[in-house]
Amino acid sequence: MPKIVIDDKEIEVPEDMTVLQAAEEAGIEIPVFCYHPKLSIAGNCRMCLVEVNNSPKPVASCAMPVCEGMVVHTNTPMVEKARKGVLEFLLINHPLDCPICDQGGECDLQDITMAYGGDISRFDLNKRAVPDKEFGPLIETAMNRCIQCTRCVRFSSEIAGIPEIGATGRGENMEISTYIQRTITSELSGNMIDICPVGALTSKPYNFKGRSWELSHTPSVDVFDAVGCAIRIDTRGREVMRILPRQNDEVNETWISDKSRFAYDGLKYQRLDRPYVRGEDGYLHPVTWEEAFSRIADKLQQVRGNHVAAIVGDMVDAEAIVALKDLMTSLGSPHLDCRQDSPCLGEGPRCSYLFNTTIAGIEDADFCLLIAANPRWEAPLINARIRKNYLANALRVTSIGPSHPLGYPVKELGNDPLILDQIVKGKHRICSSLRAAKRPMMILGQGALRRKDGGVILKRAQQIADTYGFVQRTWNGFNVLQTAASRVAGFDLGFLPGRKGYGVKEILKRAGKKNIEVVYLLGADEIDMKPLDKAFVIYQGHHGDRGASVADVVLPGCAYTEKDGLYVNTEGRVQKGLKATPPPGEAKEDWKILKALSDKLGLALPYRTPAEIRARLVEVNPLFDEVDCLQPARWEPFGEDGKLDPEPFEFAIQNFYMTDSISRHSITMAKCVQQILSQEKEND
Amino acid sequence: MKISSHPLIKIFNSFFLVELLSGMLLTLKYMISKKKVTLAYPYEKGSLSSRFRGEHALRRYSNGEERCIACKLCEAVCPAQAITIEAEERDDGSRRTTRYDIDMTKCIYCGLCEESCPVDAIVEGPNFEFSTETREELYFDKQKLLSNGDRWEVEIAARLEREALGG
Repeated sequence: MPKIVIDDKEIEVPEDMTVLQAAEEAGIEIPVFCYHPKLSIAGNCRMCLVEVNNSPKPVASCAMPVCEGMVVHTNTPMVEKARKGVLEFLLINHPLDCPICDQGGECDLQDITMAYGGDISRFDLNKRAVPDKEFGPLIETAMNRCIQCTRCVRFSSEIAGIPEIGATGRGENMEISTYIQRTITSELSGNMIDICPVGALTSKPYNFKGRSWELSHTPSVDVFDAVGCAIRIDTRGREVMRILPRQNDEVNETWISDKSRFAYDGLKYQRLDRPYVRGEDGYLHPVTWEEAFSRIADKLQQVRGNHVAAIVGDMVDAEAIVALKDLMTSLGSPHLDCRQDSPCLGEGPRCSYLFNTTIAGIEDADFCLLIAANPRWEAPLINARIRKNYLANALRVTSIGPSHPLGYPVKELGNDPLILDQIVKGKHRICSSLRAAKRPMMILGQGALRRKDGGVILKRAQQIADTYGFVQRTWNGFNVLQTAASRVAGFDLGFLPGRKGYGVKEILKRAGKKNIEVVYLLGADEIDMKPLDKAFVIYQGHHGDRGASVADVVLPGCAYTEKDGLYVNTEGRVQKGLKATPPPGEAKEDWKILKALSDKLGLALPYRTPAEIRARLVEVNPLFDEVDCLQPARWEPFGEDGKLDPEPFEFAIQNFYMTDSISRHSITMAKCVQQILSQEKEND
Repeated sequence: MKISSHPLIKIFNSFFLVELLSGMLLTLKYMISKKKVTLAYPYEKGSLSSRFRGEHALRRYSNGEERCIACKLCEAVCPAQAITIEAEERDDGSRRTTRYDIDMTKCIYCGLCEESCPVDAIVEGPNFEFSTETREELYFDKQKLLSNGDRWEVEIAARLEREALGG
């Protein structure tokens, strides 16, 4: 490891580091615009100039590798003069519209000019004018402000894998633009707003609405998919103003998907803010909590405990799941299910429903087999990791299932489930590659598991994993890609049909007939509501969506921004989301509603405080003891024997922008569906 | 006036009411002379500095367009947190406030809002006669501030002109 001296500080750094990274290590700040730790090095802003001994000119530290004995200075008059000069040039064409620029207050150019810039401009001529570009419904552009750092261009071609942005012209005439004025179609496009160091790309839904200094920040966890991205919820008063990513290199690095970032406006519309009871006229009438609980208690007194069923939705926190499970157990009902789309999953060992490789582990794989998985829509951040590995190590990706562009080359084997049989028997042309791979991984999509033969596919996947060395001593290449944020927590807490209990399909089939008289929906909106017409339905959730429309009693709960809660992501990582805003109206935290209801029913659940319900979670499953910690699952047999259905696979998600009750009520997401998906269709 | 400490002089002054008479003499002098020292407010008013910080106003451009661009610098700088602003994109795509409130009961008339404004929109004008009978009337909204601006524009513009750099 070379030793170098930066500002009289001697440090030893790995030889693949640049001077800039070494300075960062030594705790010395060097201002940058074009450099970004997660992107390739461009070296075109010249802001990071430093003085290196024996070099006649200042050197761009972001692009200069360290070497033994290098002596670097970052605070000499030469460096100061260089920084002033670079800033003066950058500001020649940068408009002085900070007061109306949304980046104002969190702008790199503003901050760096204050710290390192001069005080006046000597430029006397007209500034250049660049027409604004149309980047779609999420990104607002003000191209006069662009300083051509090309971070957005590098992001779209490297991280998103969809090279839709480029630069045309040279020198002063250089412009950033989408190719032929098309909308950006990437699911990660919102991240360009974060990485833009100036106000050239800003958020359209947040346009002119607030200032960075008036927002309070709450660290939380995303629930729109099962990746569990680290997010920061920015609020002003009672309102969620925007959602930004937090860095978590184990999960989402510094990115989040557009749905996680922009669907928050759905939290404002169609909210359930008070309890409702369906009257004899067939309409829902607002009532007090007391009246709603009495109605439920009256009904439950007439019904036998095992004629009650409960279904948990996709965005529910672990606390509410365990409270509902305890309530159902004390009622005497075995009919529990957290699988709205009924995949053949959950009853087996823990390794059968987890993303065992881990998201960071994807970077070590050398072969990836996708089975009916569309990671680009089901988990955009996992897709970004696969692409990262493709760029770094030329990861070979093979897919069985429908064709969908993922942002990296995929060898498509066709959409025929019987290929799995051929691979198990070693009769498929891909088998030699599988055998050659040292660390192969497979990703099993929900599209494969929610079929009738899902259990058989699970079995075949395990056979493939066993035959081709997917599971080794320190490597587990078997992965199930969950799409619901609450699913793994539901499995871990055993929210599954008990002895003689019914799953979702059976509950729906029997609802309103003899066996199932009362159905408790905890945020469950993705099931077919038609069969529930005749049953007594209790809906507890945050949106007046499909579930509330058939409900006889509606209990208003909290959305993920309004409660503290634990979530388990697809890797099995327990993460904590924090409350950022109070819930609307009379809505309450979900587990507290269940606790109050249990008191009314005379079945008092034995916990009153958040600490007590956490303790109950740990009692049910010790995994909940440690937050942000991963425990590898033991490799055990799972799946069921049988024959594969030759019916082609379908992906689990048909419309990325609208998958749940929040995003369905988001105006921004509706615009995305209109503009982006229609353009993609045109392209096809 | 240096009062002598000699006991005889003290006694003389006390007996012949010298201090009282000297005071009366001063009063008499001002009664006879023409020099005026009081004002018949509210019929007469004193002169104000062009930097006087009175009632707030939101100004417009000469074409009638409001100046305020909702940059929220005044809201941020206000030490009494008397200003509340909400902003949105207007139909023509420009950045405008949907709400601009000043709680005049909180305001300490420090003038930092005027100082921070990049477009000379919020100003503290020459008006100091805006007392009200209820507190509620002192919660100024955007409408009130803009009408203040319209009413006082001539004087405010003249003051700004006088105080401008090199003016």
